[in-house]
Amino acid sequence: MIKSILFLWEFLKGLWITAKHFWINIFFNFLKLIGFKIKDKGSVTIQYPEERKEIAPRHRSLHRILTREDGSPRCVACMLCMTVCPSECIYVEAEEDPNIEIQKRPSKFIIDISRCCFCGFCVEACPEDALRMDTNIVELAEYKKEELIYELDELVKISNNKTQMPNLK
Amino acid sequence: MLLDILIIAIKVILGLSWLLTLTLILTWVERKESAVVQDRIGANRASILGFRIFGLFQPFADAIKMMFKEDFVPPFSNKLLHTIAPFLSFFFATVTLAAIPFGDEITIGSKIIPLQIARMNIGLVFILAMFSLGIYGVIIGGWASNNKYTLLGGMRGTAQIISYEIALGLSLIGLIMIYPSLELNEIVKYQGDLLFGFIPKWGVFLQPLGFFIFLVAGMAETKRVPFDLPEGESEIIGFYTEYSGMKFGLFMMTDFVEVVLISALLTTLFFGGWQVPYLYSDGFHLPWGGSIILNKWIVTILQVLAFNLKVAFFCWLLILARWTYPRYRYDQLMSLGWKLLIPLSFVNILGTGLILILI
Repeated sequence: MIKSILFLWEFLKGLWITAKHFWINIFFNFLKLIGFKIKDKGSVTIQYPEERKEIAPRHRSLHRILTREDGSPRCVACMLCMTVCPSECIYVEAEEDPNIEIQKRPSKFIIDISRCCFCGFCVEACPEDALRMDTNIVELAEYKKEELIYELDELVKISNNKTQMPNLK
Repeated sequence: MLLDILIIAIKVILGLSWLLTLTLILTWVERKESAVVQDRIGANRASILGFRIFGLFQPFADAIKMMFKEDFVPPFSNKLLHTIAPFLSFFFATVTLAAIPFGDEITIGSKIIPLQIARMNIGLVFILAMFSLGIYGVIIGGWASNNKYTLLGGMRGTAQIISYEIALGLSLIGLIMIYPSLELNEIVKYQGDLLFGFIPKWGVFLQPLGFFIFLVAGMAETKRVPFDLPEGESEIIGFYTEYSGMKFGLFMMTDFVEVVLISALLTTLFFGGWQVPYLYSDGFHLPWGGSIILNKWIVTILQVLAFNLKVAFFCWLLILARWTYPRYRYDQLMSLGWKLLIPLSFVNILGTGLILILI
């Protein structure tokens, strides 16, 4: 019985902590409601679809293929990315390039995002700096699995669409 | 005669709509308060035509969901009892509202209308009896579902009720010794007097120990978290495992109705009910001299407002306690009830008796 009475102090302390959180948060939420800009006080929730957290510059997101100045993809179909990929989601088929300097170019370059584990090995392996994962596109959900298989022209198109990637050089 | 029946009917409708509206709001308060306590925002997405109003439409969305869900009665259950149980639970919780005074009498023409649905001279006993009967909904629901977890929940409910109902009743005996009436409006009227000339004679000042015991036992009465043994959502799913749709909704609403009623009872018995300190039927009379004379309608409105404010405060406190404490274990609850609350309430009765003899 005495032990139970001693618990009472701890019960009151617990109630005090939650009540403190309640009133402090209510105060700051009210300030936010009437238009004060306060960060890190009140709730820490980010209201996702309207409000987004900034993605770190060294993040890894959807791939893109960079182009040369004439618009052709930089890829020389060396198959290094295809070889290094741990989840085997890249498939490259080579064909002859008319330019004698380049010699090889991809006729097919397919990335199956549904298999990709976003390790970034393909980016590190690429000798031509043709493949990068800095597009800021992280919402990759689709209704059909086929829509997650990205072909060469799509990957190039992502690279040309600058509006989606504000921090891209 | 017909007029009396009409007045009673209007009072019943008004009282029930007060109770159910408060219950509806409490489901929203429960979400929001838990969120604010945990540094979150809480449900705010339910909207009508793009208007959100802090998620105040959430209770309506919940109600619509409950109503349109399939009402599944399991084939192995006892159909009749399975159907009756939620109604029993809800009825016995709601009917206690009848004895709670919202304010003093109002006079229209020659009619004196008490702001209380039924003015019974056994009001307090009636409330305690109905609260005790309410557990039958839990036990019958657990039994009729014919599922071992629901049965366990029902049995735990029984064990819980015999542990705290005695303390709940005993904690009020000291109060009845001081205010010699069982009629709640009379009890509230006694609390309008002043102690030593300036402290209002509220139950909490005269019976602090009784108030504490009643608060703990009342929390157990609501079957919510520190004492949610019949439900126990983390171990057994509880007595309403086999319920769905609005029948489950009724059980859920019973909890909130009980929160409102325990708050109303705490207010009525220990915090002066509709009494505002120093406010008498003709205005404020401050103990250090000076008085403000008010119209009697304004006084009535102030008293009803005071009652509602106190109820709101206790609803807030009970929900805060629900989001602060972890659950009591089965044996811990029983040792709390039998070894702490009941001896303490005996101490309270003895102490009150001694002081009454000495004075």
